[in-house]
Amino acid sequence: MTRTKKFKLSFLVAAAAALALPSAMAQAPKKLKVGLMLPATGTFAVLGTAVENGFKLYVAEQGGKLGGREIEYVKVDDESDPSKAVDNVNKLIKRDNVDVLIGSVHSGVAMAMAKSAKDSGTLLIVPNAGADAVTGPMCAVNIFRSSFSNWQPGYAMGQAMAAKGHKTAVTITWKYAAGDEIARGFKEAFEKAGGKVTKELNLPFPNVEFQALLTEIAAAKPDAVFSFFAGGGAVKFVKDYAGAGLKKSIPLYGAGFLTDGTLEAQGADADGVLTTLHYADALNTPRDNSFRLAYAKAYKMQPDVYAVQGYDAAQMLGIGLTATKGDVSKKDEFAAALRKATIDSPRGAFTISKAHNPVQDIYLRQVSGKENKLVGVASKSLLDPGRGCRM
Amino acid sequence: MDLTTFLVQCLNALQYGLLLFLVASGLTLIFGIMGVINLAHGSFYMIGAYMAYALSPIVAATFGGGFFAVLLVGLLLSVVLGYVLEWAFYSYLYEREHLQQVLMTYGLILVFEELRSLLVGDDVYGVKVPAVLDGSLPLGELMTYPVYRLFISAVCLLLALGMTIRAGSTNREMVQSLGIDIKFLYRVVFAAGVAIAALAGMVAAPVSSVYPGMGNQVLIICFVVVVIGGIGSIKGALIAALLIGVVDTFGKVLLPQASGVLVYLLMAAILLWKPDGLFKAG
Repeated sequence: MTRTKKFKLSFLVAAAAALALPSAMAQAPKKLKVGLMLPATGTFAVLGTAVENGFKLYVAEQGGKLGGREIEYVKVDDESDPSKAVDNVNKLIKRDNVDVLIGSVHSGVAMAMAKSAKDSGTLLIVPNAGADAVTGPMCAVNIFRSSFSNWQPGYAMGQAMAAKGHKTAVTITWKYAAGDEIARGFKEAFEKAGGKVTKELNLPFPNVEFQALLTEIAAAKPDAVFSFFAGGGAVKFVKDYAGAGLKKSIPLYGAGFLTDGTLEAQGADADGVLTTLHYADALNTPRDNSFRLAYAKAYKMQPDVYAVQGYDAAQMLGIGLTATKGDVSKKDEFAAALRKATIDSPRGAFTISKAHNPVQDIYLRQVSGKENKLVGVASKSLLDPGRGCRM
Repeated sequence: MDLTTFLVQCLNALQYGLLLFLVASGLTLIFGIMGVINLAHGSFYMIGAYMAYALSPIVAATFGGGFFAVLLVGLLLSVVLGYVLEWAFYSYLYEREHLQQVLMTYGLILVFEELRSLLVGDDVYGVKVPAVLDGSLPLGELMTYPVYRLFISAVCLLLALGMTIRAGSTNREMVQSLGIDIKFLYRVVFAAGVAIAALAGMVAAPVSSVYPGMGNQVLIICFVVVVIGGIGSIKGALIAALLIGVVDTFGKVLLPQASGVLVYLLMAAILLWKPDGLFKAG
């Protein structure tokens, strides 16, 4: 072939391609609209960003496509405000016509999203909020969770503390849904294993005057204390517990949130505290290491459990879309594919229960040197009972 | 409840009450003397706490001082802040309606929260207890009581005594009739109110740690103190704060299911009995 011929041929090919282009574009599947409803302001803003980063990291790793469809994002800041949640989710469903909803961090907001998703049939993946009801009474064929149910870390700790030989325990939490659910999970497992919860202490959310209750703990003299607080409350509780001199005599345990993202502020007072969660620092598996490296490269910071949950939400969406060839309206096929799937998560592989909550290992971690170091598995492949779920 | 536990709980109640008084006294001072409803008062508490956190490396680098140097610098800064705020914003509010006062001071809350987010970020931070006070006293069988908490109580108690003695002389008409420059006086009183709230924040920071929204939590309970005590009354605020300390502490222990509402029930009961609060000033 001479050069001119070659040129002519390539010109023809190019022209043909150009002619074909409009029709090819019409046939290419429309972009898949993903509605990210996460907190961008307020106390949980950092968590919202981590979820979003994790989600986008997975999509980017897949070349910007899931199940053959390009992804387009629509974002709403939910401000972690349950009173605005219905409006916000309706904006995404009705105004923006999103194909998939991802959200949120706050349980109250997630409950509103679950309700709207149930009514409208829009696909929803919850990347953090642990409210048991999302995969309990509110469960639906189109609602999934990539994180945990509040029951899970509580139940796992009940098993772990009983295994450590503790016979009596006092629980202390904020009096609100998450606190109640975690404490209930703990009590269920701890008492099943022969332990006894001698006192259930709580204070209104977000009150942080712990002194009176610490005095009660000292008077009750249990073998151990199980606690759930988060954020500023977690920092103050751990410091007050040590300050009251209880740390030496009564070991402190908690759900993982007690020592997640708070260790810098808690300092030495948190050393030795044991917590349960579905993720830990330094898991040191090839899967987790490669995830952590990719995340650190992309965002110039270390990932946390929230980033993992966002990443896995994208993985779950990818699995469902691949099975339905990119058609989100085939809800039954989508759900069936996920129920059969094993999700290759940085936290360790997990499956999806009938109620669409992760069936996962819950790790026992111990604080040491400002890290939640892995001690072992507190509960293997823990399945949330999904109470009240009828599907 | 045995006797030791009871006594420890009384100590807890006293300590909580005194801290509440310290924050609320600035509010009632500004409310009583200038008639301004200052919703941003909780923000001054928050600013104080964040100063205790953010200033310590700066102060240590420039003067080489520890916690007490930070307190001093923070106190000076908050006086300046109060003085400037009064000149720039609050001085225009005295003749306005309460609604406008509420709107502006609410706006200030949003501004301060956003500034905090930009300057320090949204994470939770701990503040170290100064080494001198970093001990604890044995209390009962298992418990110890941190010396630092006693220090907080001492600071609060000193200020409470000082303020109740001084309070008698802050009578509006009296001051006016004496011909003292009222504008200047207002500016000074406002600056003092801000400084007291900030001091409370700074002193409380090592035990409470600093976190977003901490000011708003304090604000509501402060209003309860002011309303129960009688608007503008320092003595009333002290008694109300101690009362709330007792009700809150023992409520949590004896009536845990209702502990969230007990303080408000107390307020309702007192207002039914004395609609102007315990001690109405002026």
